[in-house]
Amino acid sequence: MATPLTLKELSKKEDRFTHGHRMCSGCGAPVVVKIAMMATEYPVIVSNATGCLEVSSCISEFTAWNVPWIHTAFENAAATLSGVETMYRSLKKQGKFDQEVKFIAFGGDGGTYDIGFQSLSGAMERGHDMIYICYDNGAYMNTGIQRSSATPLGADTTTCPAGSVIPGKLRNRKNLTKIMAAHDIPYVAQASPSHWQDLFKKVQKAHEIKGPKFINVIAPCNRGWRSKTNDAIQLSRLAVNTCYWPLYEIEDGVTRITVTPKEKIPVAEFMKPQGRFKHLFTPENEGLLQRVQEEVDKEWAKLLKEAKTD
Amino acid sequence: MAKVVAVTGNEACANALRQVNPDVCGIYPITPQTDMMQRFASFIADGKVDTESILVESEHSSMSACIGAAAAGGRVITATSSQGLALMWEMLHIASGDRLPIVMPVVNRALSAPLNIHGDHSDAMGARDTGWIQLWSENGQEAYDNTIQAFRIAEHMDIRLPIMVCLDGFIISHSIERLEYLEDKQVKDFVGPFRNFLPLLDLAKPKSYGPLILTDLYHEYKRAQHEIMTKVKDVVLDVAKDFEKMSGRKYGIFESYRLEDADVAIVILNSAAGTTKDVIDQFREKGIKAGLLKPRLFRPFPFAEIADALKNAKAVCVMDRADSYGSYGPLFMEVASALYPLEKKPLLMNKIYGLGGRDYLPSHAAQVLTELNEIAKSGKVNVLKEYIGVRE
Ligand SMILES: Cc1ncc(C[n+]2csc(CCOP(=O)(O)OP(=O)(O)O)c2C)c(N)n1
Ligand code: SF4
Repeated sequence: MATPLTLKELSKKEDRFTHGHRMCSGCGAPVVVKIAMMATEYPVIVSNATGCLEVSSCISEFTAWNVPWIHTAFENAAATLSGVETMYRSLKKQGKFDQEVKFIAFGGDGGTYDIGFQSLSGAMERGHDMIYICYDNGAYMNTGIQRSSATPLGADTTTCPAGSVIPGKLRNRKNLTKIMAAHDIPYVAQASPSHWQDLFKKVQKAHEIKGPKFINVIAPCNRGWRSKTNDAIQLSRLAVNTCYWPLYEIEDGVTRITVTPKEKIPVAEFMKPQGRFKHLFTPENEGLLQRVQEEVDKEWAKLLKEAKTD
Repeated sequence: MAKVVAVTGNEACANALRQVNPDVCGIYPITPQTDMMQRFASFIADGKVDTESILVESEHSSMSACIGAAAAGGRVITATSSQGLALMWEMLHIASGDRLPIVMPVVNRALSAPLNIHGDHSDAMGARDTGWIQLWSENGQEAYDNTIQAFRIAEHMDIRLPIMVCLDGFIISHSIERLEYLEDKQVKDFVGPFRNFLPLLDLAKPKSYGPLILTDLYHEYKRAQHEIMTKVKDVVLDVAKDFEKMSGRKYGIFESYRLEDADVAIVILNSAAGTTKDVIDQFREKGIKAGLLKPRLFRPFPFAEIADALKNAKAVCVMDRADSYGSYGPLFMEVASALYPLEKKPLLMNKIYGLGGRDYLPSHAAQVLTELNEIAKSGKVNVLKEYIGVRE
């Protein structure tokens, strides 16, 4: 059930994640969700972890979701959805339900990399037929920009603030995409809203694969990144072109880079427009900025080595 | 025809669950519940039920998955004990707040620290304010019967709330007793088909479960939850009446044993009630009018009925197999609140017994009844809260 990938065709589709949600203007997350929800013709049931997306999309009797949607708590979007999917299988097996349904869980990086990691790992190991999509904005944004294990090296957050002694986060991000691939699930990918067709195709492909799938999508947050309100797409493009956020997929263990930047530009280009890295552009922190570049280069080199080139 | 068997409480509950044949079951091991879910897993493996199991990685995920499954639209079960119930705590509130009729046997066990795998009521008592209905069971037969009735209560269209069926770890879960099984068909007919209410799988009318509710409405939602609880008692009694017609076994919201004309009474939950009844018989033979009240429905707590049942006693001891450090035992607090509105009320005391599987012996019951008899005569309670069977 392929949807033609032209904006003209897509504009005719009914929104499954509609306008009227209350996320900050310029937030990257709703763009990610909207594209992902468009990328299938199947009926979809969504599970949502607590976080910015959840608190802003369904308030009292107002919901932005045009599909069945469930939120239970912060750390368990995957576990909750595994219950929904299991009931679906049970009723199907008993002949009480006969439609084809797809399942998507959405969680922020905090609800995915940190507190929800166990429940995500468990659901993937059990093999539930679902896609888990993490919208990664690199911090706990809903509670006011605290660090998560997805927060990049050197970033200033409210719980790892850049102070006179400690210059922001001293640890690297957790490489969750790779960790999910180590679960040996059939499909893992990294995507970005700047490359919406790539994101669209990945979700579309994932729906056609039986079993657990994981897609990690960068989702700029102007509040937490201290960037301009209209910069989300530009910043996520810079994330891709600096190779800070490479676009790739791992299908049945085979890694493929789906978008290779024409020219790999310095990661500082991605960091400069963001207030959370401002302190790194001072002479004292030159070393840390250097380390950020080294980490990006190292990861990119690893990925190139692993990837099958077309 | 009912079949008489010799089985453990865990086996009896597993069999009740098999007879009900739920759609989805969350499974995670914890002593002393493990054996119940293992048996149920065998029923699945042998095709004796249609149930799909979710072999979760924790109890938190078990309850999360059960919530997802119940919201999707079908009959859902799980079982747990102790630390497992404690790990579910966050999700217990969500199951009841979303009004999902999940049925969960809780094989009562102590909580860490120190680590102890034996029976007491700390787990379920810690979950008493999570909006779940709680039924308590004296023996394997009651655990079996309560498990079957639990589905009808939880799934009643006026209720739609999750329910715990409590039974004592080891004393009931692992001891073999004589038990009467109902026929599979009887249970199936009694429980009836699952009726859906706002299922997620109704794709034509998409529902949103678990919205953000702000100060303008949250208070009202919580009052609504309390109001539903006020309807539970009548449903429990109605279901019990139907159950009696089928099985010949009578259930109420509590059991009174020789209580009508009692001067002294013990209020006690679950298995310890059996031992206490024997000792009450001995005291009756000695001419002391002793009686017992054993709550069955603990949430919602039937305040008025319990006050009425105890109002003529001179002295009452509420015995708790759980503690609330720095306060009275949880059952005591309920009974004391129930008696508070009475003008003439019995003298009350609270004994904490049997924590972490410490034996509750007939001599303990005798000691309490003797003390109650003295209180009834003197009109004076010496120590309000005390531990019995404790090593000094
Ligand atoms: C058990 C638990 N701990 C903490 C919270 C508070 N909390 C709600 S949302 C949130 C942060 C969400 O961060 P993330 O998952 O990154 O999503 P974002 O807000 O960035 O979209 C936190 C800490 C909670 N709801 N539950
Ligand atoms: S705080 Fe950030 S992630 Fe949250 S809605 Fe606003 S822009 Fe989006």
